[in-house]
Amino acid sequence: MLRRLHHDQPESFAFTPANQAWAEAQITKYPEDRAASAIIPILWRAQEQDGWLSRPAIEYVANMLGMAYIRALEVASFYFMFQLAPVGNVAHIQVCGTTSCMICGAEDLISVCREKISHKPHQLSEDGSLSWEEVECLGACSNAPMVQIGKDYYEDLSARRFGEIIDELGLGKTPVPGPQSGRFASEPATGLTSLEGYISDRVEKNASVQLAISHCDTVRRIDGTEFPLLTPWRSKVKKPLPKTKHDSPRKSKTAK
Amino acid sequence: MLKDEDRIFTNLYGMHDRTLNGAKARGHWDGTAKLIKRGRDWIIDQMKASGLRGRGGAGFPTGLKWSFMPKESDGRPAYLVVNADESEPGTCKDREIMRHDPHTLIEGCLIAGFAMNAHACYIYIRGEYIREREALQAAIDEAYDSGLLGGNAAKSGWDFNLYLHHGAGAYICGEETALLESLEGRKGMPRMKPPFPAGAGLYGCPTTVNNVESIAVVPTILRRGPEWFSSFGRPNNAGTKIFAISGHVNAPCVVEEAMSITFEELIEKHCGGIRGGWSNLKAVIPGGASVPCMRGEHMREAIMDFDYLREKRSGLGTAAVIVMDQSTDIIKAIWRLSKFYKHESCGQCTPCREGTGWMMRVMERLVSGAAEVEEIDMLLDVTKQVEGHTICALGDAAAWPIQGLIRNFRDEIEDRIRLKRAGRPSPLAAE
Repeated sequence: MLRRLHHDQPESFAFTPANQAWAEAQITKYPEDRAASAIIPILWRAQEQDGWLSRPAIEYVANMLGMAYIRALEVASFYFMFQLAPVGNVAHIQVCGTTSCMICGAEDLISVCREKISHKPHQLSEDGSLSWEEVECLGACSNAPMVQIGKDYYEDLSARRFGEIIDELGLGKTPVPGPQSGRFASEPATGLTSLEGYISDRVEKNASVQLAISHCDTVRRIDGTEFPLLTPWRSKVKKPLPKTKHDSPRKSKTAK
Repeated sequence: MLKDEDRIFTNLYGMHDRTLNGAKARGHWDGTAKLIKRGRDWIIDQMKASGLRGRGGAGFPTGLKWSFMPKESDGRPAYLVVNADESEPGTCKDREIMRHDPHTLIEGCLIAGFAMNAHACYIYIRGEYIREREALQAAIDEAYDSGLLGGNAAKSGWDFNLYLHHGAGAYICGEETALLESLEGRKGMPRMKPPFPAGAGLYGCPTTVNNVESIAVVPTILRRGPEWFSSFGRPNNAGTKIFAISGHVNAPCVVEEAMSITFEELIEKHCGGIRGGWSNLKAVIPGGASVPCMRGEHMREAIMDFDYLREKRSGLGTAAVIVMDQSTDIIKAIWRLSKFYKHESCGQCTPCREGTGWMMRVMERLVSGAAEVEEIDMLLDVTKQVEGHTICALGDAAAWPIQGLIRNFRDEIEDRIRLKRAGRPSPLAAE
């Protein structure tokens, strides 16, 4: 698929101070002279902040990491999660269409998108709030068919339930993610066939749903004030460096 | 059937306390320092003796892989890289480990890192797994807080840092050298081998790349002994394994079972049977998108392990079992995989870049029947030209599903072409 920068680009890009701190903390995960390693997570944070990846954003990140602009553009255009054009301002819906989901009804979900959002993928709905695309396997095959909306997976979908979810999003609500069939996670829907012990500490929601409920950020833009990136490795051990052991510690601030 | 006390992933569904305390209560992080103090050679020998074969698809013996790492550092650091880029269609097992039983993986990273002389480990998780990343990061933070990671990790005397890194939606980054390229901040294009990662991997340093499940089972194997682990499954196919079953079964699920379980037992015990009964079973892809499909009538007795499925010209792969009943358009199901590979080809090698698109377009015509019967052999011939002629195995992976389709369902493809041409099915199919 041909991936090009959008024809209409904003003037500039800047991280919010908290996102800037987050990005600088991210760089400390890699050896001193390997800041380029952080490019995917930092581009991703730029997209989380703005909803899509603009040319100024890619240039900003390239400068931050000391990379040639073309190297950053190469990365941005290679990886399909980077949206190089604006998406729906409420949510961008990604329907898994690969075989497991397809044989369980993904095509019906795509019809719902065509009907409720826009006829073509990557096209905004009339009010600009939603957009959709078909994506390749999202790795939740035992809960097929499923879609990703923002940070979350909506699994075990029927076309009817998916239509309701889209309607709710349109009303400014965020439906609870996870299996929509009442299933807990990926256990057999007909009842547990293993791991029936340990019932004393039974929890209410699976990990993904629990995080979605407590963070409330399924489709929210991220400004970095939500969660800092802890960098416990910075204080405790000297990182093994490929070249020299005598580098001075980094100056960037921890986002604590 | 595997008993619960022999399951390694005791919180696979996340129904129980997912915190460090919960993990400890279930027996994880128990005596980790003692295991490490028994030394590198002991750990590698135990892993070899356990018979563990890599859980990411290729099935390479894990202990042997670790032994390729240099015993003494030549000044370069060594790295452990965990491949959590779970993207093989049908596969959704590592997701459950990372979000629900993350401490199995974290403890495994420390032990495996020590065994290969690595003070640093990167876990490369696929970009779409955002909540899984958050859950795993929370567990890593907990482990640092409790002194299980960092300097003198878990009081083992070994300094060990664990970093979580993520991708952004490229299947190819599940290939180990593409993953390393991506981790270095470039496009995920596979590298030529040699040099192998154990010689020159991440940042040019000795590196071992292991699948999540391969690493997460390590602590339990060492605690319970290689004999325990190898008591499950047939020789050369040892251990327990997480199966992910999707498609037309009554209850699709992810479940840990003994290796070499029969397909029938797996489906009957855990998945509530085939939708519409066994006579309604049409085809099964037993190991994720990259392995050839098998006809339903050959599956009931099938033994779910590396060697049996390879003998049957398919493979266990990641143990991602895609079940298709008689309502499935099998040609279309395989076409969808061709579309997947066309989408995911990184474009570096010409046979794959051009071949995947070509194969998809011919498959498209086979789906509608608007093709010549001779094109089936032409397509088969093209798959042979792609297979083995690319840097990485994506070319092979794109070829095999089509080869499996033609081998097993040629009659159906031919019928469709005839039907399209004549407007009626061939006499044989009309019976």
